[in-house]
Amino acid sequence: MITIDSRLLLLDPSDNVLVARARLAAGETIAVDGALLTLTAELPLGHKLAGRRIAAGEKILKYGAPIGSATADIAPGEHVHVHNMKSEYTPTHHLYDARANGGPASRKALP
Amino acid sequence: MMTGYPRADGRKGIRNVAVVAYLVECAHHVAREIAQGFRSSEVQVIGFPGCFPNAYGQRMMEQLATHPNVGAVLLVSLGCESFNRYALAEAVRASGRPVHIVTIQETGGTRSSIAAGRRWLEEQLPALAAAPRLPMALSELVIGTVCGGSDGTSGITGNPAAGRAFDQFVAEGATCIFEETGELIGCEHIMAARAVTLELGRELEAAVAKAARYYATLGYGSFAAGNADGGLSTIEEKSMGAYAKSGASPICGLVKPGDVPPRGGLYLLDVVPDGEVRFGFPNINDNAEIAELIACGSHAVLFVTGRGSVVGSPISPVVKICANPETYRRMAEDMDVDAGAILEGRATLDEVGREIHDLVVALADGRRTASEELGHQEFVLTYKAFEPIGPACLPAR
Repeated sequence: MITIDSRLLLLDPSDNVLVARARLAAGETIAVDGALLTLTAELPLGHKLAGRRIAAGEKILKYGAPIGSATADIAPGEHVHVHNMKSEYTPTHHLYDARANGGPASRKALP
Repeated sequence: MMTGYPRADGRKGIRNVAVVAYLVECAHHVAREIAQGFRSSEVQVIGFPGCFPNAYGQRMMEQLATHPNVGAVLLVSLGCESFNRYALAEAVRASGRPVHIVTIQETGGTRSSIAAGRRWLEEQLPALAAAPRLPMALSELVIGTVCGGSDGTSGITGNPAAGRAFDQFVAEGATCIFEETGELIGCEHIMAARAVTLELGRELEAAVAKAARYYATLGYGSFAAGNADGGLSTIEEKSMGAYAKSGASPICGLVKPGDVPPRGGLYLLDVVPDGEVRFGFPNINDNAEIAELIACGSHAVLFVTGRGSVVGSPISPVVKICANPETYRRMAEDMDVDAGAILEGRATLDEVGREIHDLVVALADGRRTASEELGHQEFVLTYKAFEPIGPACLPAR
């Protein structure tokens, strides 16, 4: 049974990810999957974290629907994003690598 | 009370603008200079940039130039482009609107063409300003919806709120159009189950399958880098959020750019070209989609954004619905609706849905949107190719 922290949204009972309803700072303690966890990095508003353990290859479920699959094992509370999941249709275009290599130092790459 | 400008085809407009239409990029500067002498609420610029003929481009320009929000049309031609200015002028004339062509090569160059265009518009504007308005029913309204600069909040607040507004409009007999089949990838089966007939359901699935093939060939989904910054990880995730804009009403038809739905109800606009992949990305940016929604008769377009879009459009007002409360606080001047209030417990989905609905109704009673006040009139139209829609796509009488 998933324990829902009020700062996180479970959009459908079958989902294995939770959505941040506000920006959560690094170091904050959150309740996920019956345990208390400390965020190691900031979780921006609207981003997802694992609501339970997700194995590599498993479908990521949000809104009760598959939105892609895990490319690595994901621990409860871990940020779920382009670094550990992928589309079943077209690859996701992002600029994180470009930003990490050439972007301003103040804008650190996610995750 | 909603009022509109009656047109010869039976539709009513909630605006009465003169459009200046350039028929090739070479005439764009002259068109812009002509319009710059007037208020942006009175004279607006649209155009087709290419020099090669294109049936889609011709039809889009005809549908835009005879849109119910348009009262007069000035065509600006260089003179040697392939666009059929005679056919466009005839279509506008047949719609009962004043139309005039300025051909730069015949008028004597840039300055004399600008002067000739301004002169003609000055003659038209008093009649446009004095045109009578009649009461307009909700069932006469056509509303489109699009999302752009989406993020992880779009599918939770702004898009479902737009969907609630759509549900209310459909119940009142209005016509609602959602679109961007490239952002419905992954939702095709749940969407098809909402079709009023099995045959239409198959058409909806086929439209999304076509989009998936098209984007796969091009190597990119309908997904921008900023979507990832905003927490969206895949096109399927973006799609699930975008799909929420359609609300929960039955889907009664499928149209293509320039098709005006025959009666009230909820329609999907298929924006991905037919046939082999030609001419590049289906819609190169949000304004390409807005132009297509307007060509289908939309009096107003609901635009849901999370990252923060600023755009507007010529012809029809764009209502900016901000899904992300952080973005709203940063860019409030560009937004009409604070849907992020839902995330912060300051409003419910139903309340924001009603706010969107009532705001659209107020647009037909003199209210202007943020993008109208700020003068945003971004416009883009490029090459595409479409087959006509099949018989299963429109509701039976």
